[in-house]
Amino acid sequence: MADKAPTRRMVAAGLAAMPFAVQAQPMPSSAAEVNRSRSSESYADAERALLAGRTPIAAGITLDVPKLSENGNSVDVLIKVDSAMTREDHVRAIHILSEQNPFPRVATFNLTARAGRAEVATRIRLATTQNIVVLAETSRGAVHRAEQEVIVILGACVDGG
Amino acid sequence: MADITARVTMPTSARKGEIIDIKVLVRHAMDRAVDAQGLKPSPRRIIHSFRASYAGEEIFRMDLSSGIASNPFISFTTVATETGVIAFEWLEDGGAVYSRAATLVVT
Repeated sequence: MADKAPTRRMVAAGLAAMPFAVQAQPMPSSAAEVNRSRSSESYADAERALLAGRTPIAAGITLDVPKLSENGNSVDVLIKVDSAMTREDHVRAIHILSEQNPFPRVATFNLTARAGRAEVATRIRLATTQNIVVLAETSRGAVHRAEQEVIVILGACVDGG
Repeated sequence: MADITARVTMPTSARKGEIIDIKVLVRHAMDRAVDAQGLKPSPRRIIHSFRASYAGEEIFRMDLSSGIASNPFISFTTVATETGVIAFEWLEDGGAVYSRAATLVVT
Protein backbone atom coordinates (compact mmCIF):
# COMPACT_ATOMS: atom_id res chain seq x y z
CA MET A 1 0.00 0.00 0.00
CA ALA A 2 2.75 2.45 0.97
CA ASP A 3 4.26 2.41 -2.52
CA LYS A 4 0.94 3.57 -3.99
CA ALA A 5 0.65 6.64 -1.79
CA PRO A 6 2.82 9.05 -3.85
CA THR A 7 0.88 8.23 -7.01
CA ARG A 8 -2.38 9.00 -5.26
CA ARG A 9 -1.03 12.29 -4.01
CA MET A 10 0.14 13.23 -7.48
CA VAL A 11 -3.26 12.46 -8.95
CA ALA A 12 -4.90 14.53 -6.21
CA ALA A 13 -2.62 17.43 -7.01
CA GLY A 14 -3.41 17.07 -10.70
CA LEU A 15 -7.14 17.07 -10.03
CA ALA A 16 -6.85 20.13 -7.82
CA ALA A 17 -5.16 21.97 -10.64
CA MET A 18 -8.05 21.28 -13.01
CA PRO A 19 -10.50 24.18 -13.09
CA PHE A 20 -13.63 22.00 -13.06
CA ALA A 21 -12.54 19.90 -10.12
CA VAL A 22 -13.40 22.52 -7.52
CA GLN A 23 -15.96 21.66 -4.80
CA ALA A 24 -19.69 21.57 -5.38
CA GLN A 25 -18.99 18.80 -7.88
CA PRO A 26 -21.53 16.36 -6.44
CA MET A 27 -19.75 13.20 -7.43
CA PRO A 28 -16.32 12.85 -9.07
CA SER A 29 -17.01 11.90 -12.66
CA SER A 30 -13.78 12.13 -14.67
CA ALA A 31 -12.75 8.84 -16.26
CA ALA A 32 -9.36 8.97 -14.52
CA GLU A 33 -11.04 9.23 -11.15
CA VAL A 34 -13.85 6.70 -11.52
CA ASN A 35 -11.61 4.03 -13.05
CA ARG A 36 -9.34 3.94 -10.01
CA SER A 37 -10.01 1.32 -7.39
CA ARG A 38 -9.61 3.94 -4.67
CA SER A 39 -10.61 7.59 -4.66
CA SER A 40 -7.95 10.29 -4.58
CA GLU A 41 -10.28 12.14 -2.22
CA SER A 42 -10.17 11.28 1.47
CA TYR A 43 -13.27 11.05 3.66
CA ALA A 44 -12.26 14.26 5.47
CA ASP A 45 -11.81 16.12 2.16
CA ALA A 46 -15.19 14.93 0.90
CA GLU A 47 -17.00 16.06 4.03
CA ARG A 48 -15.19 19.41 4.02
CA ALA A 49 -16.11 20.00 0.38
CA LEU A 50 -19.78 19.22 1.00
CA LEU A 51 -19.96 21.40 4.11
CA ALA A 52 -18.30 24.28 2.22
CA GLY A 53 -17.51 26.12 5.45
CA ARG A 54 -20.91 25.59 7.09
CA THR A 55 -21.21 24.14 10.58
CA PRO A 56 -23.53 21.12 10.57
CA ILE A 57 -26.44 20.79 13.00
CA ALA A 58 -26.27 17.45 14.81
CA ALA A 59 -30.05 16.96 14.81
CA GLY A 60 -32.99 16.51 12.49
CA ILE A 61 -31.95 13.29 10.76
CA THR A 62 -33.15 9.78 11.50
CA LEU A 63 -30.54 7.40 10.13
CA ASP A 64 -31.77 3.84 10.13
CA VAL A 65 -28.96 1.35 9.47
CA PRO A 66 -28.35 -2.00 11.08
CA LYS A 67 -26.00 -1.87 14.08
CA LEU A 68 -24.44 -5.09 12.87
CA SER A 69 -24.34 -6.32 9.30
CA GLU A 70 -23.28 -9.88 8.49
CA ASN A 71 -22.46 -8.92 4.94
CA GLY A 72 -21.01 -5.61 3.78
CA ASN A 73 -22.09 -6.19 0.19
CA SER A 74 -25.60 -4.95 0.85
CA VAL A 75 -26.49 -2.84 3.86
CA ASP A 76 -29.94 -1.23 4.07
CA VAL A 77 -29.91 2.51 4.69
CA LEU A 78 -33.06 4.51 5.43
CA ILE A 79 -32.79 8.27 5.93
CA LYS A 80 -35.53 10.58 7.15
CA VAL A 81 -34.97 14.29 7.61
CA ASP A 82 -37.33 16.48 9.64
CA SER A 83 -38.57 19.06 7.16
CA ALA A 84 -41.85 20.67 6.20
CA MET A 85 -40.76 20.24 2.56
CA THR A 86 -42.31 23.54 1.51
CA ARG A 87 -41.13 25.54 -1.47
CA GLU A 88 -39.32 27.96 0.87
CA ASP A 89 -37.81 25.41 3.22
CA HIS A 90 -37.07 21.90 2.01
CA VAL A 91 -34.25 19.41 1.96
CA ARG A 92 -32.54 19.69 -1.37
CA ALA A 93 -29.73 17.18 -1.00
CA ILE A 94 -28.93 14.19 1.16
CA HIS A 95 -25.40 12.81 1.03
CA ILE A 96 -24.18 9.44 2.31
CA LEU A 97 -20.49 9.36 3.25
CA SER A 98 -18.34 6.47 4.34
CA GLU A 99 -15.27 6.84 6.54
CA GLN A 100 -13.53 3.64 5.42
CA ASN A 101 -14.72 2.78 1.92
CA PRO A 102 -12.33 3.35 -1.02
CA PHE A 103 -14.75 6.04 -2.24
CA PRO A 104 -15.98 8.29 0.59
CA ARG A 105 -18.93 9.68 -1.38
CA VAL A 106 -21.40 6.83 -1.51
CA ALA A 107 -24.49 8.58 -2.83
CA THR A 108 -26.25 11.91 -3.22
CA PHE A 109 -30.04 12.23 -3.39
CA ASN A 110 -31.37 15.45 -4.90
CA LEU A 111 -34.86 16.31 -3.73
CA THR A 112 -37.35 19.09 -4.36
CA ALA A 113 -40.32 20.35 -2.37
CA ARG A 114 -42.41 18.01 -4.54
CA ALA A 115 -41.11 15.02 -2.57
CA GLY A 116 -43.55 15.83 0.25
CA ARG A 117 -41.31 14.05 2.75
CA ALA A 118 -37.54 13.96 2.99
CA GLU A 119 -37.32 10.21 3.15
CA VAL A 120 -35.05 8.06 0.99
CA ALA A 121 -33.64 4.55 1.15
CA THR A 122 -31.05 2.49 -0.69
CA ARG A 123 -28.57 -0.33 -0.14
CA ILE A 124 -24.86 0.32 0.15
CA ARG A 125 -21.55 -1.55 0.24
CA LEU A 126 -19.33 -1.32 3.30
CA ALA A 127 -15.68 -2.34 3.16
CA THR A 128 -15.38 -2.79 6.91
CA THR A 129 -16.79 -1.75 10.30
CA GLN A 130 -17.12 2.02 10.21
CA ASN A 131 -19.26 5.10 10.71
CA ILE A 132 -21.84 6.03 8.12
CA VAL A 133 -22.25 9.80 7.91
CA VAL A 134 -25.27 11.53 6.43
CA LEU A 135 -25.37 15.22 5.54
CA ALA A 136 -28.66 16.88 4.60
CA GLU A 137 -28.61 20.31 2.93
CA THR A 138 -31.71 22.48 3.13
CA SER A 139 -32.86 25.09 0.64
CA ARG A 140 -32.06 27.72 3.29
CA GLY A 141 -28.43 26.68 3.34
CA ALA A 142 -28.37 24.80 6.64
CA VAL A 143 -26.66 21.42 6.90
CA HIS A 144 -27.78 18.63 9.23
CA ARG A 145 -25.48 15.75 10.12
CA ALA A 146 -25.96 12.30 11.57
CA GLU A 147 -23.67 9.36 11.97
CA GLN A 148 -24.04 5.77 13.00
CA GLU A 149 -21.55 2.97 13.39
CA VAL A 150 -22.16 -0.26 11.50
CA ILE A 151 -20.25 -3.36 12.54
CA VAL A 152 -19.51 -5.38 9.41
CA ILE A 153 -18.70 -9.07 9.85
CA LEU A 154 -17.80 -9.85 6.24
CA GLY A 155 -16.74 -6.76 4.34
CA ALA A 156 -17.47 -6.03 0.71
CA CYS A 157 -14.25 -6.88 -1.13
CA VAL A 158 -13.31 -3.47 -2.39
CA ASP A 159 -9.53 -3.27 -2.66
CA GLY A 160 -9.15 -4.95 -6.04
CA GLY A 161 -5.97 -6.67 -4.89
CA MET B 1 -28.55 -1.58 -26.45
CA ALA B 2 -29.37 -4.45 -24.21
CA ASP B 3 -32.26 -3.75 -21.94
CA ILE B 4 -32.26 -4.00 -18.19
CA THR B 5 -34.52 -5.87 -15.81
CA ALA B 6 -36.33 -3.28 -13.74
CA ARG B 7 -39.09 -3.31 -11.19
CA VAL B 8 -41.01 -0.18 -10.25
CA THR B 9 -43.31 -0.33 -7.24
CA MET B 10 -45.77 2.53 -6.82
CA PRO B 11 -49.53 2.98 -6.58
CA THR B 12 -51.51 3.34 -9.80
CA SER B 13 -53.79 5.99 -8.31
CA ALA B 14 -53.72 8.50 -5.49
CA ARG B 15 -55.69 11.40 -4.09
CA LYS B 16 -54.49 14.86 -5.00
CA GLY B 17 -51.97 16.00 -2.41
CA GLU B 18 -51.22 12.50 -1.16
CA ILE B 19 -47.57 11.56 -0.70
CA ILE B 20 -46.78 8.34 -2.55
CA ASP B 21 -43.85 5.98 -2.06
CA ILE B 22 -41.89 4.97 -5.14
CA LYS B 23 -39.45 2.06 -4.98
CA VAL B 24 -37.29 1.06 -7.93
CA LEU B 25 -34.97 -1.89 -8.36
CA VAL B 26 -32.85 -2.85 -11.36
CA ARG B 27 -30.70 -5.86 -12.06
CA HIS B 28 -27.12 -4.62 -12.44
CA ALA B 29 -23.72 -5.90 -11.30
CA MET B 30 -22.44 -2.38 -10.38
CA ASP B 31 -18.91 -3.47 -11.36
CA ARG B 32 -16.16 -1.58 -9.57
CA ALA B 33 -13.01 -0.48 -11.37
CA VAL B 34 -9.99 -2.74 -11.06
CA ASP B 35 -6.55 -1.12 -11.26
CA ALA B 36 -4.50 -3.03 -8.71
CA GLN B 37 -1.07 -4.41 -9.61
CA GLY B 38 -1.09 -7.93 -10.99
CA LEU B 39 -4.73 -7.77 -12.01
CA LYS B 40 -6.07 -7.05 -15.46
CA PRO B 41 -7.37 -3.49 -15.24
CA SER B 42 -11.02 -3.01 -16.03
CA PRO B 43 -13.03 0.19 -16.03
CA ARG B 44 -15.91 0.94 -13.70
CA ARG B 45 -19.31 -0.05 -15.04
CA ILE B 46 -22.09 1.03 -12.73
CA ILE B 47 -25.39 2.86 -12.85
CA HIS B 48 -23.99 6.30 -11.99
CA SER B 49 -27.22 8.31 -12.02
CA PHE B 50 -30.92 7.82 -11.61
CA ARG B 51 -33.59 10.37 -12.53
CA ALA B 52 -37.33 10.52 -12.09
CA SER B 53 -39.65 13.00 -13.74
CA TYR B 54 -43.37 13.57 -13.22
CA ALA B 55 -45.38 14.95 -16.13
CA GLY B 56 -42.12 16.13 -17.69
CA GLU B 57 -40.68 17.85 -14.63
CA GLU B 58 -37.75 16.35 -12.74
CA ILE B 59 -38.77 15.39 -9.19
CA PHE B 60 -35.83 13.29 -8.00
CA ARG B 61 -32.23 12.61 -8.98
CA MET B 62 -29.64 10.40 -7.38
CA ASP B 63 -25.89 10.17 -7.97
CA LEU B 64 -24.66 6.65 -7.31
CA SER B 65 -21.12 5.40 -6.75
CA SER B 66 -19.42 2.03 -6.68
CA GLY B 67 -20.37 2.08 -2.99
CA ILE B 68 -23.97 1.23 -3.91
CA ALA B 69 -24.84 -2.46 -3.71
CA SER B 70 -25.36 -4.46 -6.89
CA ASN B 71 -28.96 -4.49 -8.13
CA PRO B 72 -29.41 -0.92 -6.89
CA PHE B 73 -32.56 -0.26 -4.90
CA ILE B 74 -33.85 3.28 -4.49
CA SER B 75 -36.85 4.47 -2.50
CA PHE B 76 -38.22 8.02 -2.54
CA THR B 77 -41.50 9.93 -2.35
CA THR B 78 -43.50 12.44 -4.33
CA VAL B 79 -46.71 14.39 -3.91
CA ALA B 80 -49.52 13.35 -6.29
CA THR B 81 -50.32 16.58 -8.12
CA GLU B 82 -51.95 15.59 -11.41
CA THR B 83 -52.65 12.56 -13.54
CA GLY B 84 -49.51 11.97 -15.51
CA VAL B 85 -46.58 9.79 -16.44
CA ILE B 86 -43.78 9.26 -13.96
CA ALA B 87 -40.67 8.40 -15.99
CA PHE B 88 -37.55 6.75 -14.62
CA GLU B 89 -34.08 6.74 -16.17
CA TRP B 90 -30.98 4.81 -15.12
CA LEU B 91 -27.70 6.10 -16.62
CA GLU B 92 -24.89 3.60 -16.99
CA ASP B 93 -21.15 4.17 -17.43
CA GLY B 94 -20.46 4.13 -21.17
CA GLY B 95 -23.53 6.17 -21.99
CA ALA B 96 -26.35 3.62 -21.96
CA VAL B 97 -29.67 4.89 -20.62
CA TYR B 98 -32.44 2.54 -19.49
CA SER B 99 -35.92 3.87 -18.96
CA ARG B 100 -39.29 2.88 -17.59
CA ALA B 101 -42.50 4.80 -17.11
CA ALA B 102 -45.67 4.41 -15.08
CA THR B 103 -48.89 6.38 -15.07
CA LEU B 104 -50.32 7.79 -11.86
CA VAL B 105 -54.03 8.59 -11.88
CA VAL B 106 -54.83 11.42 -9.48
CA THR B 107 -58.38 11.80 -8.23
